[in-house]
Amino acid sequence: MGKTIQEINEKIKSGKAVVVTAEEMIEIVRKKGESRAVKEVDVVTTGTFGPMCSSGAYFNIGPRKPTIKIGGGKCYLNDVPAYAGYAALDVLIGATALPEDDPKNKYYPGRFRYGGGHVIEDLVAGKDVHLKVEAYGTDCYPGKELDEFINIKNLRNAILYNPRNSYQNYNVAVNLSDKVIYTYLGVLRPRMGNANYSSAGQLSPLLNDPFYKTIGIGTRIFLGGGVGYISWYGTQHNPDVERTERGVPKRPAGTIAVIGDLKQMSPEYLKGASITGYGASLYVGMGIPIPILDEEMAFYTSVSDVDIYAPVVDYSRAYPQGTGEIIKEVTYKELRSGEIKICGKGIPTGSLASYYMARKIANELKKWIEEGKFLLTEPVERLPGWEKEVKIIR
Amino acid sequence: MINKKIVLKFPPSLVDQPIICKLVKDFDLEFNILKAYVTPDEEGLLVIELKGKDKNYNEGIEYLKSKGIIIQTLKQRIMKNDEKCVHCGVCISVCPTKALLMDIDTMKVEFIEDDCIACEHCILACPVGAMEATF
Repeated sequence: MGKTIQEINEKIKSGKAVVVTAEEMIEIVRKKGESRAVKEVDVVTTGTFGPMCSSGAYFNIGPRKPTIKIGGGKCYLNDVPAYAGYAALDVLIGATALPEDDPKNKYYPGRFRYGGGHVIEDLVAGKDVHLKVEAYGTDCYPGKELDEFINIKNLRNAILYNPRNSYQNYNVAVNLSDKVIYTYLGVLRPRMGNANYSSAGQLSPLLNDPFYKTIGIGTRIFLGGGVGYISWYGTQHNPDVERTERGVPKRPAGTIAVIGDLKQMSPEYLKGASITGYGASLYVGMGIPIPILDEEMAFYTSVSDVDIYAPVVDYSRAYPQGTGEIIKEVTYKELRSGEIKICGKGIPTGSLASYYMARKIANELKKWIEEGKFLLTEPVERLPGWEKEVKIIR
Repeated sequence: MINKKIVLKFPPSLVDQPIICKLVKDFDLEFNILKAYVTPDEEGLLVIELKGKDKNYNEGIEYLKSKGIIIQTLKQRIMKNDEKCVHCGVCISVCPTKALLMDIDTMKVEFIEDDCIACEHCILACPVGAMEATF
């Protein structure tokens, strides 16, 4: 007995849709089973909030007198270089961009206190941002420089565009060497002094739809506090990794590219990050609704932290050398308990992704749908990997 | 020459005595008061920078101890800025004393200041600058 997205949307419009978070769904399916869960639940909301370096924003600064062509010139936002290889007034800023005078890792470990991610946060927060442009001047665009403050409310367009976000699963990083190392998964103490990970686990969007049966290109999502869309599969999207019997990837697997109107977003869900010894980044908050069309989707969305395994990788050698060695697999339940055990040694764990924020996003999206403000979408095109044969093992 | 920042904790009985004056006159030490706090019927707290010759400094410290004053070296105070914190918890795995904890109900990061030894590992670990050091 299946449901269609259209039917679910009708229920949302009439305020009758039953929406639960991915956390709440675990208990519902455990107590009542998939067949009753399909009858009772229409939508499961997911959430994730972590540093996602493959993020950026592009915008159009609006006309200037005299006209100026930024394209082919140079452009800086609060001293952070922006990409100026488009047309006259379009500019792109990436989350990891750094001011040219940032010492980076020259004074190791660098602190990267202000980069592209912070510029995006400041723009979204409605702060004035210093724009500096050097152009070469043409007959139709004679202007050669701009030195002014811009504000998001005066930009003609401002769009968040992220080529790779919401990794379906990720590594757990440890350090087997004798010295502290600084990585994108945080500070790693020597001799496995700690273990860091970055996933919302059971709340994470793609882990609740492991074969992308409902999430696809065109899917409407919660992005940075506003509404966004999945524009394509993300770079490095790789559905062909080892999976558990439930179909959950045991390695970093699917990714999505997302897009949305930056003007609607909020600095609460887009936050600049400074990762010591590594660089600047952007915390991105994202949530994806999953329609409970059939028992299969009820089963997938009931995934819990005990069912999700992540590989523990040595970031002092195996990761930088690309050896592919894995020390152990651990579950997110173990990771979330604050300690994992490797060879009898208890290792304290820390997460770079915020479970608190992931939960908040799933609840916020749930509220939007319950209030009839947010309708579900049919994918326009599928993500690679969706056609996989699935045998559900309960 | 020794120059140290120390915290002195006075029992109530000593609060009205010119202890620091003695350090200057009898032990030839220089002092700079960084913080002072005295309440009636409670112990007094004094944070000072104390400077002088090694011998004088050590004798001065012995004198303070003989009076029943508790002496500690000054630790930096670490604070958690709750407006900045996103509760990721990456600070928890580097904290050697478990002063940073995840509340498993709220999934928020809690900071127990009494357990903090001001090692500052969390400051380097925090991506959003929520951990701050003050004196």
